[in-house]
Amino acid sequence: MRIGIDVGGTNTDAVVLDGATVVHAVKTPTTADVMGGIMRALRDVLDTSGVATGAIDAVMIGTTHFTNAVIQRRDLTPVAAIRIGLPASASLRPFVDWPDDLAAIVRGAIFMVEGGHEYDGRPIVPLDVAAVRRAARQIRESGIRGVAIASVFSPLNAACEIAAAEVVRDECPDVAITLSHELGRIGLLERENVALLNAALLDLARRTTRAFTDALRGSGIPAPLYLTQNDGTVTIASVAETFPVFAFASGPTNSMRGAAFLSKLADALVIDVGGTTTDVGCLRHGFPREANNVVHVGGVRTLFRMPDLLSLGLGGGSLVTEEPLSVGPVSVGYGLTERALVFGGGELTATDVAVAAGLVDLGDRRRVASLPAGLVKKALARMRAMIDESVDRMKPDASEMPLVAVGGGSFLVPPALDGISDVVLVPHHAVANAVGAAIAQVSGEVDQIFQDLTRDEAIAEARRLAEDRAVRAGADPATLNVVEVEDLPISYLPGNSLRTRVRVVGDVTSHRSR
Amino acid sequence: MPVSTLRPVSSEEIEALAIGAWILGTGGGGSPYYALLNMRTLYRDGTVVSLMDARDLDDDDLVAVVSNMGAPLVGQERLTDPATIARAVRMMEEHLGREFRAIMSVEIGGGNAIQPFMAAALLGKPVVDADAMGRAFPEAQMTSFAIHDLPMFPLTLADVRDNEVIVTRAASWKWMERLSRKVCVEVGSIAATCKAPRTGREVKECGILGTTTKAIRLGQAVQEARRQHRDPVAAVLQTEGGRLLFSGKVQDVERRTTEGFLRGTARLDGLDQDRERQFTLAFQNEFAVGWLDGEPCVMTPDLICVLDSISGEAIGTETLRYGQRVRVVALPAPPILTTPKGLTHVGPRAFGYDLDFVSVFS
Repeated sequence: MRIGIDVGGTNTDAVVLDGATVVHAVKTPTTADVMGGIMRALRDVLDTSGVATGAIDAVMIGTTHFTNAVIQRRDLTPVAAIRIGLPASASLRPFVDWPDDLAAIVRGAIFMVEGGHEYDGRPIVPLDVAAVRRAARQIRESGIRGVAIASVFSPLNAACEIAAAEVVRDECPDVAITLSHELGRIGLLERENVALLNAALLDLARRTTRAFTDALRGSGIPAPLYLTQNDGTVTIASVAETFPVFAFASGPTNSMRGAAFLSKLADALVIDVGGTTTDVGCLRHGFPREANNVVHVGGVRTLFRMPDLLSLGLGGGSLVTEEPLSVGPVSVGYGLTERALVFGGGELTATDVAVAAGLVDLGDRRRVASLPAGLVKKALARMRAMIDESVDRMKPDASEMPLVAVGGGSFLVPPALDGISDVVLVPHHAVANAVGAAIAQVSGEVDQIFQDLTRDEAIAEARRLAEDRAVRAGADPATLNVVEVEDLPISYLPGNSLRTRVRVVGDVTSHRSR
Repeated sequence: MPVSTLRPVSSEEIEALAIGAWILGTGGGGSPYYALLNMRTLYRDGTVVSLMDARDLDDDDLVAVVSNMGAPLVGQERLTDPATIARAVRMMEEHLGREFRAIMSVEIGGGNAIQPFMAAALLGKPVVDADAMGRAFPEAQMTSFAIHDLPMFPLTLADVRDNEVIVTRAASWKWMERLSRKVCVEVGSIAATCKAPRTGREVKECGILGTTTKAIRLGQAVQEARRQHRDPVAAVLQTEGGRLLFSGKVQDVERRTTEGFLRGTARLDGLDQDRERQFTLAFQNEFAVGWLDGEPCVMTPDLICVLDSISGEAIGTETLRYGQRVRVVALPAPPILTTPKGLTHVGPRAFGYDLDFVSVFS
C-alpha cells in the first residue's frame, strides 16, 4: 500500500492506495505550519482507514514548498554563479534578467571565466582552470554555500561544467554545487537561471525533506519517502533534495497523472478546477506534455522540464459581478465556506452560480434562490466560454479528444464542449493530485551526445545510464521499462555524433521486499 | 554641417522599440530580447543613445550599417554583446581611415533593430532613424540599398575572440553572402558585422527613413492600449494605417527547415466576423503570402503580421501553434519595395510564388 500526499496552497490531500484501489482519501486545509498539516493528514488517513503503518510500502509527497519559496522570496540562500564562456556572452551576466528583489537575495557572487563550447563541439577557448580555482577560493572565504555553474552549450558538451565542479569541490568540499546541464536545455540565461534557483533552494530542500522524513517516522511509518517531480514521476527523497527545481509545478502534474489513472485514459486533456485557478494540461501516453517554451517562475525566465499548462483565474471561489459581467480572477479562495452565499456569506461566487443552476448541491440552496435567472445564465455562459477556449488552446491538434475534469471545482466544467469527444468525470476527482502522487513511478532519463558508436551501441549505453539513474532515484531494477527512445543524428558535429534520449520508468522499491 | 536635431531616446522608448521591432519582424527577424537586455543594462549604467533624423546627415557623412549575423539557436547560448558590434564598426573605420558620423540598422524588423543602439552606446555616436528593409527579410540582397544597386562591399566581421575579417570586395550580393556566411560559420555561426558603409546622401536617397521612430511608435501604441485595457491590435492598425485581414485561430501548422530557411504554412479558421472562413499563411522565416478562402489576399512586400488577439504581441513563425487566437494584420510596405525593381528583389516571385504583386493598400 502507498500513501500519496499533495500539499497545495489551499488544501493538503492524502490518499491510501492499495494496488489500483483508493482505500481512503482525506482533504485537510493547508496550515501555515505545513509539517503539522502533513502530520495531521497522515494521522487522519491512518486512523480512519485503519491501515497498519507497517503495511505502507512508500509515501509520496508532492509539495509547493519550493515554488512558493521563490514566489514569496523566502528561505532562499545566496548563490555564487560561475559562468564559463568568456569571451562570449560577456555583457549579459548571471542574474541579468531577474526581478531586483529576488536577485538581491540570491546574488551572492558572480564569476565569469573563459571556456565553453561551440554548437559544433569545438571549445570556444580552453577552460581557464586557474580562474575557476581563484573563484573557488573566494567562495570559500565568503562563506557562500551554494554554487551554480553554467557553461556555454553545456547541454551539448558538459566537460567544462564537470571540470569546474571538480576544482570547486577540491577547494570548498562543503559547498553544494548545481550544474546547469543536469537541469536545463539550450538557452544559456534560462538554463543558468534554473541552476541558480536550484542552488538557492538546496538548504530549504534539505530541511524540508528531513522534516518530511521526521513526520513519517513520527507517525510510525517505516516506509521510504519519495518526492513527486514535475514530469509525473517520483524520486527518493535523498536524491530529490538535490534537485528542488524539479518539484516546480508538480501539483498540477500530480493532478494530471491522477486523472490519467482514475479515468484509465492515456491521451486526454485534463482540467483541474480549484478554488481560485484552473489548470489545463494535456496527457500523452499518460504523462503531461512538456512545455517547450520559457516558463516564468517567480518572475525568472526558465527553460527546463516543465509541464505545459494553461492557468486561468477561474475556480469555485471566483467572484461573480453583474455590471459589467465578470467571473474571477479575484477569488474568495479558502474563504469559500464562509464567504460564499450558499455558506451564509455575502459574496456571489462561481459556486453560488453553479448551485443556483442545479449543477451541484452545496451549502444552503435557498440562499441563492432569488438570484436573477438571467445573471445565472450569463455567468454560466461566461465560464463556459473561458473553459472552452482554454481547453481548445491546449489540444495538440484539431481532432476530438476526451477531457477529464478533476478538482474541487470540477462541477463548473460543462458536460459537453466543442472539439471534446467526452467530458469524463471520475471518482475521487477532488483528490486526483494525491492519487497522482501515490501511483507515481520512478524514472531515469538520459539525453546526451554519443560519439563514434553505432546507433544500437549508443542506445544501449544511454539505456544503461538511464537505468542507473532510475535505480539511484529509488526504482526497483526488476521492474524497469524503457518508455521513450529518441535519436537524432547531428550532422554538424565532428565524428559520428548521435544525440540519444532514453527514458526508463520503474516501480518504487518496496522496503518490505528488500 | 546642418543643424542636427539629436534626440535622446529614453529607456521606455527602447522597451517600446523592442515591441514594435518584433511586430515589424513579420514573423521573423529574431527576437529582440537579448539585445533589449543589453540596452537595459547599458541604460541602468547611465548610457543614453541619441536618435538622429536622416535628413540631418551631410551628403558626405559616413554611416555605419550594422547587423548581427548567425543562427538563432547559437544566439541563445552565445549572447549578443555590444562590444562585438562596436568592434565591427571600429574595424570599418580603421579600414576606411574615416570616422562614422552615425550608425543605422540594416533591418528594423526583429533583433537587428537594436544592434545600432548597442554599438552607439559604446561608441558615443547617434543612431540614424532609418533602415534598409522597413521590416525583416531573410537575405542580404533584399534591401533598399541593393534595389538601388549600391555596392555591397566592404564588410567587416568581428568574432568574440581576436578574429577580425574584412571582405574587401565581392562580385555580387550572392558572393558577399557566401563569403561572409562561410566566415560566420567558422567562428561559431554568430558574428557581428558592419555592412558596406553609406554616405549621408545614400542614406537619404536610398534608405528607408523614419523606421526607428515608427517601431517605437508601434510599441508605444501597444503598451498604451494594454495599460488602458483597450484592444492593442486596433491600436496597431490605427497607428500605422494597417488593415485587419482576418481573425481566427491556428488550426494547423506545417514547418520544415530547408536551405537555412524555416518554411511552412499555417491554416487558420475564422472566428467572430470571419466565422466559416479560412486563411492560409505561407512563410519563409517571415510571412510571405496569405490566402483568404483560397484567394491570394496579401503578399510580400506588404507586411504580414500575426498578432495575439488579446495581448497584441507578435507571434513568430517559429512559435505558431494550434489553438492560438490571432489576428492577421497588413501594414503598408515602404514605397521603394513595391516599385518594379523593388519587387524583383522582395516581391512574391523572389520567394518562389508565381503571383503578380497586388498591395492590400492599392
